[in-house]
Amino acid sequence: MQVGRVVGEVVATIKHRELAGQKLLLVQPVTPDGKRTGRVSIAVDSVQAGPGDLVLVADEGNSAAQVLRRRRGMVRTVIVGVVDEWGGPS
Amino acid sequence: MHFARVIGTVVCNEKVPAFGGHRLLLMEPTDSQGTPQGRPIVAVDLVSAAPGQRVFYVRGREAANALPNADNPADAAIVGIVDEARETPWGAPPAAGA
Repeated sequence: MQVGRVVGEVVATIKHRELAGQKLLLVQPVTPDGKRTGRVSIAVDSVQAGPGDLVLVADEGNSAAQVLRRRRGMVRTVIVGVVDEWGGPS
Repeated sequence: MHFARVIGTVVCNEKVPAFGGHRLLLMEPTDSQGTPQGRPIVAVDLVSAAPGQRVFYVRGREAANALPNADNPADAAIVGIVDEARETPWGAPPAAGA
């Protein structure tokens, strides 16, 4: 899993039926000191995350299936938590 | 899932039977702003996308699962057409009501 910040959302009328009704958020991976790293990806929200939230993202099909309570399908990237605190001893 | 732009089509007369009936598109991965990132890849089109359109795609096993019959060798599939990507610039406060 990775920690990232929600930086926006995607609006898509035409999409795979497994994505119907799902909120698609843009997540920018971040380092523990808050810097951007890697590219923004699109994740299905499962925890009512919103813009600016620091979130935990799983990028694996079985993880997504379990969180969405369905059989394994085409969803792979899913937000599984809102991070309150993270990092090593300071 | 990641952003891409469709840049062309791929036609294969000989292909694995599992791909029968599906269109293959050539696309260029992009960042969330639409700037090209990395090499073009070929993906199975599941949303009737057209060249020039911004789309999003899934890679790996989930691409194969996106087809009606998951028993196929696809490693990339286009699963949505982007109407709009609303992104807050990095460092700016989140947009009100977003």
